[in-house]
Amino acid sequence: MSELTTKTIADLRDGFRGGDFSAREIAEQFNAAVAAARVLNAYTVETPDDALAAANAADKARGNGDLGPLAGIPLGIKDLFATEGVDTTAGSNILKGFRPPYESTVSGNLRRAGAGMLGKLNLDEFAMGSSNETSAHGPVISPWRRSGSNVGLTPGGSSGGSAAAVAADLAPGVTGTDTGGSIRQPAAFVGISGIKPTYGRCSRWGVVSFASSLDQAGPMAKTVRDCAILLEAMAGFDPKDSTSLDLPVPQWEAGLSSDLNGKRVGIPREYRIDGVPEEINALWDRGIEWLRDGGAEPVEISLPHTRYALPTYYIIAPAEASSNLARYDGVRYGLREEGVKTLDDMYGATRAAGFGAEVKRRIMIGTYVLSAGFYDAYFNKAQRVRALIKQDFRQAFEQCDVILTPTAPSAAFGIGETTDPLAMYLNDVFAVPASLAGLPAMSVPGGLDGQGLPLGLHIIGNELDEQGVLNAGLAIEERAGFTARPEKWW
Amino acid sequence: MSVSKDQVRHIAKLARIAMSDEEIERLVPELNGIIGWVEQLGEVNTDGVEPLTAVIDQKLRLREDAVTDGNCRDEVLANAPEAQHGFFAVPKVIE
Amino acid sequence: MADAGAPFRIEGDTGEWEVVVGLEVHAQITATASKLFSGAATAFGAEPNTQVSLVDAAMPGMLPVPNKECIRQAVRTGMALDAKINRWSRFDRKNYFYADLPQGYQISQLYHPLVGEGEVEVLVDDKDDSSAKTIGIERIHVEQDAGKLMHDQHPTMSYVDLNRSGVALMEIVSRPDMRSPAEAGAYLRKLRAVLRYVGSCDGNMEEGSMRADVNVSVRKPGDEFGTRTETKNVNSVRFVMQVIEHEARRQVELIEAGGTIVQETRLFDPDKGVTRSLRSKEDAHDYRYFPDPDLLPLELDDAFLEECRGSLPELPDAKRKRYEAQGITPYNAGVLTAEVETARWFDALLDAGAEAKQAANWVVAELFGALNRRGESIENNPVTPAAAAELLRLVADGTISGTIAKQVFEIMLESGEGAAAIVEERGLKQTSDTGAIDAEIDRILAANADKVEQYKAGKQALFGFFVGQTMKAMQGKANPQVVNERLRAKLG
Repeated sequence: MSELTTKTIADLRDGFRGGDFSAREIAEQFNAAVAAARVLNAYTVETPDDALAAANAADKARGNGDLGPLAGIPLGIKDLFATEGVDTTAGSNILKGFRPPYESTVSGNLRRAGAGMLGKLNLDEFAMGSSNETSAHGPVISPWRRSGSNVGLTPGGSSGGSAAAVAADLAPGVTGTDTGGSIRQPAAFVGISGIKPTYGRCSRWGVVSFASSLDQAGPMAKTVRDCAILLEAMAGFDPKDSTSLDLPVPQWEAGLSSDLNGKRVGIPREYRIDGVPEEINALWDRGIEWLRDGGAEPVEISLPHTRYALPTYYIIAPAEASSNLARYDGVRYGLREEGVKTLDDMYGATRAAGFGAEVKRRIMIGTYVLSAGFYDAYFNKAQRVRALIKQDFRQAFEQCDVILTPTAPSAAFGIGETTDPLAMYLNDVFAVPASLAGLPAMSVPGGLDGQGLPLGLHIIGNELDEQGVLNAGLAIEERAGFTARPEKWW
Repeated sequence: MSVSKDQVRHIAKLARIAMSDEEIERLVPELNGIIGWVEQLGEVNTDGVEPLTAVIDQKLRLREDAVTDGNCRDEVLANAPEAQHGFFAVPKVIE
Repeated sequence: MADAGAPFRIEGDTGEWEVVVGLEVHAQITATASKLFSGAATAFGAEPNTQVSLVDAAMPGMLPVPNKECIRQAVRTGMALDAKINRWSRFDRKNYFYADLPQGYQISQLYHPLVGEGEVEVLVDDKDDSSAKTIGIERIHVEQDAGKLMHDQHPTMSYVDLNRSGVALMEIVSRPDMRSPAEAGAYLRKLRAVLRYVGSCDGNMEEGSMRADVNVSVRKPGDEFGTRTETKNVNSVRFVMQVIEHEARRQVELIEAGGTIVQETRLFDPDKGVTRSLRSKEDAHDYRYFPDPDLLPLELDDAFLEECRGSLPELPDAKRKRYEAQGITPYNAGVLTAEVETARWFDALLDAGAEAKQAANWVVAELFGALNRRGESIENNPVTPAAAAELLRLVADGTISGTIAKQVFEIMLESGEGAAAIVEERGLKQTSDTGAIDAEIDRILAANADKVEQYKAGKQALFGFFVGQTMKAMQGKANPQVVNERLRAKLG
């Protein structure tokens, strides 16, 4: 039997349908790979029986010819998605042992499409982080290493377990969530593709909230096509989410085309920032040439408020988070610190013990910027700047169809190397503007840096134009010829 | 603006996170670093700009009035650290 | 209009004080079957935590979806209070920790409420039209109720029931326009009547469908407003009036003793009739309101607003004016419109053909008397409006006298039979047969010759005696008018 874990979702799907192998064989190989890679700490829970049950159902259904689009495909689910009866912790001690009696809309959609679940994937606590080091389950270790080095690297974050799982062939595809780059930056760090769709495409129902106006689920996988396949299954109108878009889901896979003739690619001049390694800007230039080669016309554009995006984000996201995380109070689920006499002491002790340092830091910032006398100066000011950032994009998309930038200002860094919170926040400098504007954006691998680590290119599309983003991603994928794989050391 | 130790203590109290003096002292410079950094937004002229209210322009949908949920006490209480006689139980509250 | 009588004043050592009152009324939208943001039921009195969805329990990842009918009822209520309806409004989060608040925030509306300014006209004394006063409404917003804590079940624990968590409330905020306990009482009663006419809230204060936060301050007449205190969750009109009375006196005493009023939250103890400070809960209050990012702005279109307006019933003030125009006395019109059930029953009576003035007198005097005696409510009494109209018709057309009508009504209440049938069966028809009446009159005058003499000598009051005797002899069935005429003719 050939190595199925290295195949793309499209190949697994076609091979399974064509009778080359069974769904059970796929599930068994992935289950074995997951079990053999625990040192990476990518999974917080393994659910091999779930994957097998879905596989058996797919094998049975194959005889009847009645197959869901993801029949036979086992997936990893970021542990921010509630999964019925399976521990859902959001990477936090405060949700230790929490078993939701419900399934998130997105993971439910994937199940209905026929997918099985390999397990729950590690993440930064409440998706707050860019390195997966804030997880209560411990950091995820990237399958990638610098050339000639054994130093453990981060897979990025917050969807670090998701990224590592795909890169290490522990799942053919996974769910991620992206609040300010949490799909795109880790995808770039481990040399895979990941897309954050337009805000509202994927239901947030059953996804543990970080910052409601920014949170958006999306897929991560080996290829652009696989992302299209998964996103099609994940997306869709959900009446249970008031911010869900009531629109039909486009057939993104069928619409894939790397022919960019007649398209204009915006190159925002404000994204050339000091301190970004030359290798990254060089890759960006190569990306521009690849898109030109695909038929697109590069145009210089301006997004004047770019430099204010990150500070804007670090007001709005913590403010929303400080409120969203108030429900973790030890009353109805999760951790409760015992041995305290009053309700207020119980709250204080429970939240002190349950939240990690980064989550506390953000709750504190969020509480501060909303507190009496500061609301206008911080939160409202940030929402005004956010309106300007949104307007920047609106004007830019009058001149171009998609925007190309680097995904992250650096390649993956070592675990424990970045301790200053502000330096960590800078990881998302290129990713955050699209989040604030609710726009679809994706990272595709572009090449390796001098130390042999993957670098990503970032495509931002106009509202609802996931197809344009995917197509530009496909054009880069076809030309970048990115075939590098982490050497298996685990 | 910079935050004082007392302010940090007050915020921690508002956020219901118990903190030792050492933790508070460690947080003061950290928070001041972050707050000082976000204050660069003060440079942006936002006169006449309305705060963003919806990321993607759409109206709030309303649902029809019908009982479609509830009546699931076991599920509601299933994860409770302490449930008694169909209630959640918490340390006694004195009003 | 001028205030009726002397204004309400507190006599202090330093002179007279005026009390200033504003009310924040929390009215549950009882018209809906489900909660404001979830599909859980809202019925009163269910087993603990059975009317709780995963949304109400604030499980991770749960999201609010607003109930259209709650918005509709709040808009209709706003329209009934002549208030500005804001086509663009938003929900905000009010953040605080408490065991009855699962989300750690209440979804409410601070910055852009659904309903803006309006007003209510009240009669402080319902027997006195000159006691009318207009109370301003500042705003009405829609918000979630919290759950309930129980402290008595366990020695060291409090129990949490989330059945009420997420139930829709309207917070109706008045302007500080009231100047006495009586004005506040009249305002609350009127507000309750309007809500019940509209149907948005059943106004049931015992079940907590309506409760008030009472803002009270005192000042020397003509001075600026003083510092106010807020007494929370007062659940009857009488208690609200008690709170104002007590709080005003307490504040006056405190100020006159050299103290200052602190803006604070207080709690009313109905057993002792006093308020006490909740200052312990105050020190860390900072609600950090911000727009709820789980919800988009609420925009209302013309069709929605038109439907809301078109579905409003005739409201108490308009109904009262209509009744008065139909010849009903202002007092009766006030009584008939105070409760929506009475007005509904009375309108049905008019629809069945009863003459307005006669019907109003009969309802207020006869029907209310009978209902009181029998302990029945108007909507559950055995006499239907159609049956009552039949009875009144028999009086109006002279078939029976008013006295006989009382008897017939009693029989109707007991037997449920129709008035005409009762009159027919029991031979209660009034007679205008002058032959029979004359015969009786002749007999009575003959038997009372001495009284005839006295009458003729000038004792006019004896006329009534002769009428009474004649009616008695005719078993009440003689037409009183004919009896009068014949007696006058015979007595000369």
